[in-house]
Amino acid sequence: MNVVTPGEKLKAKDFASDQEVRWCPGCGDYAILKAVQKTLADIEATTENTVFVSGIGCAARFPYYMSTYGFHSIHGRAPAFATGVKLANPDLDVWVVSGDGDALSIGGNHLLHLLRRNVDVQFLLFNNEIYGLTKGQYSPTSRAGTRSPSSPMGSIEHPLSATQFALAAGAKFVARGIDSQQKFLPGLLQRAHAHKGTSFVEIFQNCIVYNDGVFDEFTAKAVAADRQIFVEHGKPLLFGAEGNKGLHLNKDTLQFEATTIGENGVSIDDVQVHDETSRNLATLLAQMDSPGLPVATGILYCNPAASYEQGLAGLTESVKSKEHGDLNALLRRGHTWTVD
Amino acid sequence: MTPSTALKKDQDEDANRQHIDSAVVRFAGDSGDGMQVTGGQFTLATALAGKNLATFPDFPAEIRAPAGTTFGVSSFQINFGSPTIKTSGDDFDVLVAMNPAALRVEIKDLKVGGIVIIDTGSFSERNLRKAGFETNPLDSAYLGRYRVIKLDISQLTLDAVKHLGLSNKEALRCKNFWTLGYVFWMFAHSRKTTSDWLHTKFAKRPDIVEANIAAMNAGHALGETSEVIDGFQGYTIPDALDIEPGLYRTVTGGESLSWGLTAGAQMAGLKMVFCSYPITPASPILHTLSTMIEHDVVTFQAEDEIAAACAAIGASYGGALGVTSSSGPGVALKGEAIGLAISTELPLVIVNTQRAGPSTGLPTKTEQSDLFQSVYGRNADSPLVVIAARSPADCFDAAIEAVRLATKYMTPVILLSDGYIGNAAEPWLIPDINDLTPFPVEFHKEPDGFHPYIRDEKTLSRVWAVPGTPGLEHRIGGIEKHYDSGHISYDPDNHQKMTNTRAQKILGVAKDIPEQTIEAGPDKGTLCVVGWGSTYGPISRAISNLQGQGTQVSHVHLRHIWPLPTNLGELLGNFEKILVPEMNTGQLVTLLRSEYLFDAKGLNKVSGQPFKIHELEVAIQAELEANK
Repeated sequence: MNVVTPGEKLKAKDFASDQEVRWCPGCGDYAILKAVQKTLADIEATTENTVFVSGIGCAARFPYYMSTYGFHSIHGRAPAFATGVKLANPDLDVWVVSGDGDALSIGGNHLLHLLRRNVDVQFLLFNNEIYGLTKGQYSPTSRAGTRSPSSPMGSIEHPLSATQFALAAGAKFVARGIDSQQKFLPGLLQRAHAHKGTSFVEIFQNCIVYNDGVFDEFTAKAVAADRQIFVEHGKPLLFGAEGNKGLHLNKDTLQFEATTIGENGVSIDDVQVHDETSRNLATLLAQMDSPGLPVATGILYCNPAASYEQGLAGLTESVKSKEHGDLNALLRRGHTWTVD
Repeated sequence: MTPSTALKKDQDEDANRQHIDSAVVRFAGDSGDGMQVTGGQFTLATALAGKNLATFPDFPAEIRAPAGTTFGVSSFQINFGSPTIKTSGDDFDVLVAMNPAALRVEIKDLKVGGIVIIDTGSFSERNLRKAGFETNPLDSAYLGRYRVIKLDISQLTLDAVKHLGLSNKEALRCKNFWTLGYVFWMFAHSRKTTSDWLHTKFAKRPDIVEANIAAMNAGHALGETSEVIDGFQGYTIPDALDIEPGLYRTVTGGESLSWGLTAGAQMAGLKMVFCSYPITPASPILHTLSTMIEHDVVTFQAEDEIAAACAAIGASYGGALGVTSSSGPGVALKGEAIGLAISTELPLVIVNTQRAGPSTGLPTKTEQSDLFQSVYGRNADSPLVVIAARSPADCFDAAIEAVRLATKYMTPVILLSDGYIGNAAEPWLIPDINDLTPFPVEFHKEPDGFHPYIRDEKTLSRVWAVPGTPGLEHRIGGIEKHYDSGHISYDPDNHQKMTNTRAQKILGVAKDIPEQTIEAGPDKGTLCVVGWGSTYGPISRAISNLQGQGTQVSHVHLRHIWPLPTNLGELLGNFEKILVPEMNTGQLVTLLRSEYLFDAKGLNKVSGQPFKIHELEVAIQAELEANK
């Protein structure tokens, strides 16, 4: 299997396993797989030190297509398995691959606590707003009214925003991308990898069979420039085909408004500058879903704090000076007596 | 006082005391009365006095049930003396009743002629009413069959600590230490261990230390100076004679199980990652292990039972020993994850400290009704190893055995304890870790011809290849694997082969465990009593009592529930009858009947209380009589 001579720099294709990829032709997952493999090559990862952990669903087949270590576990629980792997060996580079049903429905609780604990893994949520592997039922991110085999008259449920969920759960790194953004995706994933703690990346992914075109309103070529904004730290929040549209923070409503530079006296100074360390800004960006506002992608939030592993290492360090691992001494501590 | 006069005084005191071989004492009071602490301190002093002992803490599920109610009564029972003690005893010789509710709940099990110590200060009209007494039992013939020691312990405690200027509330909290002092006098136990414990426990509150010691001394002094029952000057119990020499301590099942897991991990040469979610009565294991980080033990309090199991499996995948622990309802939640550990063939120890059920059931009461859950309780054909501990001290050895089998056979192992074993204490001959036989794990390293399901021909165990190892990168999961490559396989014949292999691997463990031996009695005859788990104490005592009376009966006690020892069928075949006492409605008996087609009979109890020796003696006699 994938034996590589030390020192040889791996290419993206070196991270592909010998297994035939079995996603539907045209699935957005192919593009993400490619972006991840490129990222691993870019960051000079090694196959032996990298572990992909997944739950159940189409996205969860991901580990089989990587030449790294991989664990395809059970539905919704990948965050718990990943935490266990890191507890056993914090030096491993662990990626979790999940979908909207896996991460936000059956596994919502585990994702919440992974983010809260800030375990040092990359968490990729492939959001296609549908259950694919079980043949097309509505998911927790499906929009109200979604018709599916389990909601033939239209879903009466309200969708969950994955990114807002992550921010509320205490994530220190929150990014958003689109399967088709091959230009930006590896960069996002690199930043996610560099961040110590849980790096949460939501990727809008098109399900060509059960929910085709669900993101067209902001991903279709004709509208993408006007309906998307790629945010970058320290730069004004500009978008549009001409690059002259901007997000202005209305201090009365505490909401973003779309403005056009040069119209109604609006200048570049009226456009909010992105600060990725601001949770409030990130939240405002994450919740932009009205037709008048673009969908935010890029690194919405990055504000590192101590990871779970760092906390654990601190505990281990604090007892180092004590008698190390002498179980005999422990068993003899406290009240004992001798029978002759 | 010179040493010689001191000795003389001790001998005189001893001469006036009533000589008995053993005693059962039960401390009973309100949940907030500190009965568990009192019992724990009495246990320590008893152990240090060189007696055999067994204890039974029996407390309500509520942390502070409404004061004075019968359902809020918290009790602690100890059986101690010079003979071998294997149970906490049936009926008690001495009952301490700190309030009317305790008296009402417990008096029925006091021996006729036994002593009951009553805090009259708590017998207010209000408390009597709460306990359901219409008239004061102290004024009626209610206690006519017993020797009653009526003391206003509340007032005596207040008097004893008056000089320290504590609030009334704080002063009254010392009541249990006053009582402990009095009971110490009754059995001529030393107060030193308790005094030392108080100094450590309340190091930051010297006033509390002083008050409790003053109360304890006052209780002790009252015993020495006043003859509350005519002619009674306390008991004396000879030291235990049959104790193996060595260094001892008291240990609860929760402690010894935790230490056994740690010792097992050390024998395997692995870091332990212990993942758990708080649940009664299993949490003491999490608490104990949380203090052991310097022993290469990482504890993880997961967000739920499922995450605890999954994190433990993830840890095993990562090259550590993954352990998860819970009680029955929690183990039910772990079921799917355990199935994954079976399918991915990763080592995992699942500790189940059983409690009475179903559902929430009686969380603080004991039962052994998760045998079916352990052996059969998962979807599909999902075999694993099940072993059971028989006593608090035995948890240490059982835990090591669980780790050995989990790592050698790359399998989940369910280790069964129960609420009784978990909380009860007994003396323990402290083992030397250096005397244990290591069973070091060897991770697979060789890339040539590697796939993750290469098996050892003998054990059928697959290789353990750990992330971080160059050249062994592989993917595993819950989907069926191909026998010859470890890749995903939907092939029908392959699934048959893998299912058979998983079953054969577990059955093969039987060749690696000790043959079943007979605990006591002849190796053939009319009746064999077969037990498992915490019924060991009462069964073995009942059998030895009956043998003492010349009755021919044998005792077999199982550690290995699945797979069963290879010789068990043959061994039991030498008896005309088999009786299986269990704290469930008949689980092991069903397993034995289905495995061996024996006409085994169950003796079942699900009251949340352990078997009494007497109940077992009667049932065994009846079974023998029925044969005639």
